[in-house]
Amino acid sequence: MSKMTLQTEGDTHILVTRRFAAPPEAVYRAHTDPKLIQKWLLGPEGWTMPICINDAKPGGKFRYEWTNGKVGFQVTGELLELEPYSRIVHVERMHLPDRTPDNHVETRFDADGTGTLMTMRMTLPDAQTRASMLATGMEHGMEASYVRLDGMI
Amino acid sequence: MPSISNLDAAFSALADPTRRAILARLAKGEATVMELAAPFEMTQPAISQHLKVLEEAGFVVRRVDGTKRPRRLAKGGVEAMDQWLAMLRKALEKSYDRLDEVLASMEKPKRGEAR
Repeated sequence: MSKMTLQTEGDTHILVTRRFAAPPEAVYRAHTDPKLIQKWLLGPEGWTMPICINDAKPGGKFRYEWTNGKVGFQVTGELLELEPYSRIVHVERMHLPDRTPDNHVETRFDADGTGTLMTMRMTLPDAQTRASMLATGMEHGMEASYVRLDGMI
Repeated sequence: MPSISNLDAAFSALADPTRRAILARLAKGEATVMELAAPFEMTQPAISQHLKVLEEAGFVVRRVDGTKRPRRLAKGGVEAMDQWLAMLRKALEKSYDRLDEVLASMEKPKRGEAR
């Protein structure tokens, strides 16, 4: 199984990569079709996404709501650019219930042999936001997380 | 792992940019309310209110130094975030593992077949 990578880049970016066995068209569809998104974008065991709206067109809005039966939270966003089947640019924020700062996300789907290399690049509004999210022990936390996860796998 | 309610408090505490900035400042070392209020255009009571939220979420602790109550990052809070990040990473990995299965089912030629 292809391992996911997650790393910081510059002052305001977070980069996630993951390889999939399916071609870019399928991976792109799984990121834009609400019926498909609802099946996989669920995080840890025990969570479901009862509300999944994704108006997959430039300027379209999306809204995801998760629940574990006790608590829930939601993400809303706008789709800025859609290039079937290679690129999606969107902006999103969490509601906890206060809005978190907007996270600008570019997701690329590049053919990689018979599969796809997905590259997701998140851009937080400013260095301060990312720094305060990461530098307050979280960067160390990430390093520790990698080590811990390596130990788990 | 922190409990869901702690995690919820942690999320809520971090949802505010001022509180994240306070944490970033405290990551550099202990500070009094007055020192924390200085870079923000906020009153000390407003900063104290943010500190209260951070204390309740377990990110910040205070100590008594004469009449001062300097705040610092709580070790446990940082560890909780550390665990939270491990959880976030696992959540993403879990989602993508699930996506592998969704993609595998899409690959089948009879994808219109009723499940």
